[in-house]
Amino acid sequence: MWIYEKKLQYPVRVSKCDPRMAKFLIEQYGGADGELAAALRYLNQRYSIPDRVIGLLTDIGTEEFAHLEMIATMVYKLTKDATPEQMKEAGLGDHYANHDKALFYHNASGVPWTAAYIQAKGDPIADLYEDIAAEEKARATYQWLIDMTDDVDLQDGLKFLREREIIHSIRFREAVEILKEERDRKKIF
Amino acid sequence: MQSQWRYWKPYISPFDPCPPQEVKRYVVPVNQYVVFQAPGLPQYSPFKALKRGTLWPSLYSPYDGRGDQGVGEVCE
Repeated sequence: MWIYEKKLQYPVRVSKCDPRMAKFLIEQYGGADGELAAALRYLNQRYSIPDRVIGLLTDIGTEEFAHLEMIATMVYKLTKDATPEQMKEAGLGDHYANHDKALFYHNASGVPWTAAYIQAKGDPIADLYEDIAAEEKARATYQWLIDMTDDVDLQDGLKFLREREIIHSIRFREAVEILKEERDRKKIF
Repeated sequence: MQSQWRYWKPYISPFDPCPPQEVKRYVVPVNQYVVFQAPGLPQYSPFKALKRGTLWPSLYSPYDGRGDQGVGEVCE
């Protein structure tokens, strides 16, 4: 179960009226390497992973939902005051036709989120490598998003999120080392 | 050569519906211990290398089943 704190993990400030940026940011909302995929990937893998790394997956999976909220806040701020005409100009006409200004779990090209984006192989080494790869891909996506805006306040939030991907990656790589250890050897037989 | 198998004991609830698998096992393939393969490592004969899929004994990771395919039995 979870306890919810009604605040963001890191403050989200958006200072430039740039609805087009929302179209790109949505990649980290409902894209293959986005925060939804990350949260669901980790929180699902925890059940069958050795118990020494379950807590790590719980913690990081939970944090990914905090990141999802931050991205949602950025997208909402960028689109909430746009007219239909401005949505069309921002390349969000397709989105508006289907969703009005509601957020939706799709990527920057409008492809809806699918569970095919995530994996649960059952093999602990394979699953953790999937997680490490996902963190590095998310870090790269944040880099390209930072490159696509000159809003320093928006960049600030994205830079925080990018740094968290770097930390998650090292934690997952530490988890691999923990699973490589020979502790808990089966002694009988 | 150390075993590539690792074992762990998952939590078992008194209310589990099925007989427990008390020990779970997983493979850590030998590639996990090689950051960059050193030159000049011992090699198999060509025939054995072709059969095993690698020229180097230190990179050979056999897999003959996890041992839990049978009915309620973890073998070793």
